[in-house]
Amino acid sequence: MIVAQQKPLQEIADMVSDCKKVLLVGCAGCVTVCLSGGEKETEVMSSALRIKRRLEENPLTTVTFTATRQCDPEYIAEMDEMVKDVDAIISLACGVGVQYVAERYSDKWVVPALNTNFIGGSTVHGIWEEKCGLCGDCVLHKTGGICPIIRCSKSILNGPCGGSQYGKCEISKDTDCAWALIYERMKTLGKLNKLMEIQPPKDWSTSRDGGPRRATREDVIIG
Amino acid sequence: MKYLSKLQQVLETGNFAVTAEIGPPKHASAEGVRHHAHMMKDYVDATNITDCQTAIVRISSIATGVHVMDCGIEPIVQMTCRDRNRIAMQADMLGAYSLGMRNLLCLSGDHQKFGNHPTSKNVYDVDSMQLIYLVKRMRDEKKFFSGEEIKEHEPQFFIGAVANPFADPFEFRVDRLEKKVEAGAQFIQTQCIFDMERFERFMEMVRERGLHERTHILAGVTPLKSWRGAKYMQSNVSGMIVPEEIVQRLKSAEDPKKEGVDLCIEQINYIKDNIKGVHGVHVMAIAWEEIIPEIVQRCGLYPRPKFED
Ligand code: SF4
Repeated sequence: MIVAQQKPLQEIADMVSDCKKVLLVGCAGCVTVCLSGGEKETEVMSSALRIKRRLEENPLTTVTFTATRQCDPEYIAEMDEMVKDVDAIISLACGVGVQYVAERYSDKWVVPALNTNFIGGSTVHGIWEEKCGLCGDCVLHKTGGICPIIRCSKSILNGPCGGSQYGKCEISKDTDCAWALIYERMKTLGKLNKLMEIQPPKDWSTSRDGGPRRATREDVIIG
Repeated sequence: MKYLSKLQQVLETGNFAVTAEIGPPKHASAEGVRHHAHMMKDYVDATNITDCQTAIVRISSIATGVHVMDCGIEPIVQMTCRDRNRIAMQADMLGAYSLGMRNLLCLSGDHQKFGNHPTSKNVYDVDSMQLIYLVKRMRDEKKFFSGEEIKEHEPQFFIGAVANPFADPFEFRVDRLEKKVEAGAQFIQTQCIFDMERFERFMEMVRERGLHERTHILAGVTPLKSWRGAKYMQSNVSGMIVPEEIVQRLKSAEDPKKEGVDLCIEQINYIKDNIKGVHGVHVMAIAWEEIIPEIVQRCGLYPRPKFED
């Protein structure tokens, strides 16, 4: 899933400082699961903003709505009516949701309440970790199911580098060295010989380096 | 036989090579570099020029190489994968070769997190293993990294790489060295050795696989100036092992600097006399370049071999 975290309240308040009425839009997708932009967080943020503005003697009216998914126009359309009389929309979705909302309501000031961090999952309750580098050409079959593109701080394909020690990455004692994990896993699988193959330079054109990406499936295109 | 560089000639004619390291400055004057180069000129076969070491902005390794060459030392240009994509790397390689530089050392580079630009973006378009292979292919098959033919004047570098016997997983360190040799590394400089016992175990594995006959291994050593420096490396530099007795030895020394030099000389002599398969020593006198002549001399490694051009 996409993991996102809330921006500081002050930063969000500054984005709508000249507004009298705003709509806060949550999303029931990934950001609900990672506890940053679901229905509950949307309500809490709405009250926090109202209280803040009241204390500043510049009251703000808020309305809230939580879309099933903000990355789908069909679910955003449900708030067409609510949008009409607000000065701004605060989206508590990932960057995708914010853009869908901005696209649909082209005459509205749409602002992000979250920072979209990465795609990954939680390890224990309250901790999420990045797992996939979205490179567009998966190599997990070569690396024991551990992504070196994003979990190695240097995206090394022939690791581990000389900074790997005691299973940790050179950047921090709190960061596992992806290549130490890969090594251990390949050893368990009896496939260490696979790590002796020199992995060739990666074709980054399937990643963001090839320009904005688009996925097409002719067979499911309607009309 | 025609050699790609003097360093290659030194190594392939069976000499015990001596290389050192010059760290370019964090400003735009090469005066210090030139001073150090003049000083160590007769005592080393070639000197590494670090490439924004520890991710701190400094004069570029190639520009520094020009100064060093001008002072009469053969440079070993370090090239990290951190700051340049494959386009910029090749452009710099063509440039370095056109300026007369003949040794290229390929390495990953320290992550920028601890440098003076921690908010920068890193590149890692290719990794060090791939870089070795691509530089070799450039030379032997006249091909750019993309595979496109280099019509003429392909750069022909003597290719170096690094190995760190002190990083983990230990068992995989020799495997990775073997990969680098397969990729095309003709010489290897190791991380600073303080844990001699571990280095010996590493070399034993190297010899078992005959890697010392396929590449030239230069043992990395560093003279320590103070116990604090030793302690710092012991606890803050990932991939480094500094045994506690070394810290203690410096701590209890009357003249720690002298003790540091003595220790370094002991290490070099030990490696030279006892560890088979090591073809030279790489002295990294970090911010202490002026000590190189003394170390080389006291190890009986002076004068250095001379060759007709
Ligand atoms: S220590 Fe491990 S994870 Fe960190 S950069 Fe090196 S190989 Fe990658």
